[in-house]
Amino acid sequence: MIKLENISFDHCIKCTICTVYCPVARVTNMYPGPKHSGPDAERLRIKNPGLIDPSVKYCNNCKRCEIACPSDVNIATIIRNADSKISIKKIRIRDYIMSRTDFVGNLATKVSTIINALNSSLPVKVFLDLFLKISIKKTLPEYAYGTFRQWYKHQSKYQTSYKENVVFFHGCYVNFNDHELGKDAIKLLNSINIGVFITKEKCCGVPMIANGYIKRARKNAKHNIKTLTEATKNKKSKIVVTSSTCAFALKQEYPELLGVKNDTIADRIEYITTYIYRKFRKCDTPPMKPLNITAAYHPPCHLERLGSAVYTKELLKIIPGLNLKVLHSECCGISGTYGFKKEYYPISQKIGENLFRQIDSINPDIVITDCETCKWQIEMNTSFEVVHPVTLLARSIL
Amino acid sequence: MKKIETDVIIIGGGATGSGVLRDCTLRGIKAVLVEKDDIASGTTGRNHGLLHSGARYATKDPVSAKECIAENRILKKIARHCIEDTGGLFVTLPEDDQGYHDMLVRDCLNAGIDCKEISIKDALRKEPNLNPSIRKALKVPDATIDPFRLAASNIMDSVERGAVVFTHTEITQLITNQNSLTGVRCFDRHRDENFEIYGKVTVNASGIWGQKICEPAGIGLKMYPSKGSMLIIDYRINNVVINRCRKPSSGDIFVPGDTVSLIGTTSKKISYDIIDEPVVDDDEIKILLDEGEKLIPNVSKTRVLRAYCGIRPLVALSGNMDGRDISRGIILIDHKESDGIENFITITGGKLMTYRLMAEKATNLVCKKLNIKKKCLTRKTPIPGSEKIFFNKRKLKPFQGFSNSVVGSTIYRHGTRAEQILQSNKKGSGLICECEMVTDREVKYAIDNQLVKDIVDLRRRTRTGMGPCQGGQCAYRSAGLFTEYGETKGEEAVKMLIDFLEERWKGVKPTLWGDSLREAEFTYWIYQGLFGIGNLTKGFGVKGKRE
Repeated sequence: MIKLENISFDHCIKCTICTVYCPVARVTNMYPGPKHSGPDAERLRIKNPGLIDPSVKYCNNCKRCEIACPSDVNIATIIRNADSKISIKKIRIRDYIMSRTDFVGNLATKVSTIINALNSSLPVKVFLDLFLKISIKKTLPEYAYGTFRQWYKHQSKYQTSYKENVVFFHGCYVNFNDHELGKDAIKLLNSINIGVFITKEKCCGVPMIANGYIKRARKNAKHNIKTLTEATKNKKSKIVVTSSTCAFALKQEYPELLGVKNDTIADRIEYITTYIYRKFRKCDTPPMKPLNITAAYHPPCHLERLGSAVYTKELLKIIPGLNLKVLHSECCGISGTYGFKKEYYPISQKIGENLFRQIDSINPDIVITDCETCKWQIEMNTSFEVVHPVTLLARSIL
Repeated sequence: MKKIETDVIIIGGGATGSGVLRDCTLRGIKAVLVEKDDIASGTTGRNHGLLHSGARYATKDPVSAKECIAENRILKKIARHCIEDTGGLFVTLPEDDQGYHDMLVRDCLNAGIDCKEISIKDALRKEPNLNPSIRKALKVPDATIDPFRLAASNIMDSVERGAVVFTHTEITQLITNQNSLTGVRCFDRHRDENFEIYGKVTVNASGIWGQKICEPAGIGLKMYPSKGSMLIIDYRINNVVINRCRKPSSGDIFVPGDTVSLIGTTSKKISYDIIDEPVVDDDEIKILLDEGEKLIPNVSKTRVLRAYCGIRPLVALSGNMDGRDISRGIILIDHKESDGIENFITITGGKLMTYRLMAEKATNLVCKKLNIKKKCLTRKTPIPGSEKIFFNKRKLKPFQGFSNSVVGSTIYRHGTRAEQILQSNKKGSGLICECEMVTDREVKYAIDNQLVKDIVDLRRRTRTGMGPCQGGQCAYRSAGLFTEYGETKGEEAVKMLIDFLEERWKGVKPTLWGDSLREAEFTYWIYQGLFGIGNLTKGFGVKGKRE
């Protein structure tokens, strides 16, 4: 039987707008769309849980259905919950590896040169394709040497000198793949006189949710809420996040999907551009130099769902000499680990096609996006450099 | 005028009528059934679909209770695809008479009903939405039954065995010859023709409408119309039948029915002349919701899909009695004895639960009159679709090209017959009704095999339009399929569509608040705003008028 709190499907008036906006249903008939897989099928699943259809797997959890829904139905949450119920019993090595970003990352960063070389070598890719069903056509993300946390250790003493400070939830990407983004964020925050602390964090849980390991994700969620609550308790400082998906998970997916209460920190979590934009408005913006480039901005799905894409846009407009072209709001198709999986690779590519074509026609000097996996997808499919808005801002600061 | 000859004429295509038809056919008697509307369109289709264990009647009507539990056991075998063995609970709320529980246990055991007290913790585990402050819980073998499927399967079986059925055909006159009833004059609304049927015996199984049919022939049959109203909740808010452990009154039962739950039932005396158009009153809705909330507090937060009511076919044998107090016992009248009219039988009273027993009793009398010595076979012979247990997870796999929710729903509705619907043929796997997962093929199957004449009939066979959108998405698609698979012309399909929407609207109207209201606005926008359906009715010739 269902519990009282999960009855948002009851508000669905069957308008089907969600299915119209679903990027997966648009390109494949393997997925019947969010309306069918979500609120429609939920009524049947209450009747008989055996009626969960395996097609729910095709949902890439982009959350565009939830943005479109006029009735406030947590469509993607319903689908993910149904999916996690059928994935529990199977052993899936690939999904396990893909979902344990922090465990795998910790190992890989120690020997990153070897791992990166192996990951780009053909025999390894063939092996991964054949045995782990990770698409051969995908370029696997590169690991950095060492972790961001190790670098920060030497930094921490400088950060205490600021009057105001924030807690920085760096996420796995900054920690294992791109230290520069973390450094840029610190540089940017320091430039407006804000010190940056970090806490003992674990992976936000999104890759686990995406691969059906709900229990594990819940464990991580509880850990993160605990440490973040402790870190912000006395100083009442904000928690800033550079990954749009981590921010969305911390703020909304924890209570909605995992059922973990985050009241103690929910109001403090802010996506980094939101935080900085507000600070820029309040105090003077730091001196900036003109960049004189054309940039195409791709707003990621989860940032749109979070309602923060507008802040990134406005913040980018402040950079002098930046010719900003905002792309149509479309899913790039990669959706975290989704696009790496062999079975979803063709769907993922088809979803992103329009976006890649758009970028090519603009022919910018640089592409900007807030999400690390969107970055990988665009870099793999176009010839342009893709950076985080924070990186671009840091480049402009004197 | 066309004339048809047969052995037995059965008036009424409800559970009883279809049961009598099947019983006759199984005994090898030629029979014709006439129904003025559709199969199970009257009282049969307008109840809460509870497969009584008998516990409801145990304290007041032990005879009915015994009949109930006996039939309960038979139906679970012969009609398993129409039944969901959910089990039932009787729960005592703090404000209820605490003594009723013990009385019920005693009476149940006396009637042979297998009941067992369970702990409150167990009850709440079974039913997490139940009011946690209940004092006592009693487990009884209640289950749920789908009356539409039951009646339609009985009819389908009979037709396959050679019986003839006329739906949408009204009896215009009983033909009498001296003191004997020899036949009936009918009007087929669909074909727009009058015809006559002559039979050796006529069985009146028309329930509450019996009085209307008998009156012109001078046969006195006084019915006592008692209205019972119910509400439908958008989804299954409970998984087992929940009864309130007290003297029967309004709003004391929750019955899960396929994808929805029902709150029942009120009891209100109404005048006989409004039996064709009864309406649910606002005060009934209020009572049902207020009382329902005491059993399941969740109710106030969920969407009420629609309100509907049925008329109990109670026979007023004496004086003025309240609807709840009249026995629900079976009444078999041989009109030779009561009115001096030969070859005419009325079978009425009773309950959906005891339809088979009623049919058996009526057919026994028919056999006596026809001098046929054959035993009743309905006790053991399963209805089509229920030949074997068909629902398990392994069974879902072979139906490639259909999603599990579609396969599951189709099997649920048609039992073993689902095999004929879910053939791995590419064409027609698309969904027509998205809420209840009805495919194109299922619609075709219903039109071809189940005497479906319009979308309202289709709804009774397949649940098309019974989900949250109440026809918003499926009605126009279905109308299109009638022109594709049936003999319907475009203009008739539009008329059909309008009739269906009107029928849906009737039930939605009393519950227009919250999400139901938003849904109704959206449906209105589709049909009036987009299709302009209100303007299409002009210029249609009115067909189907009585002679």
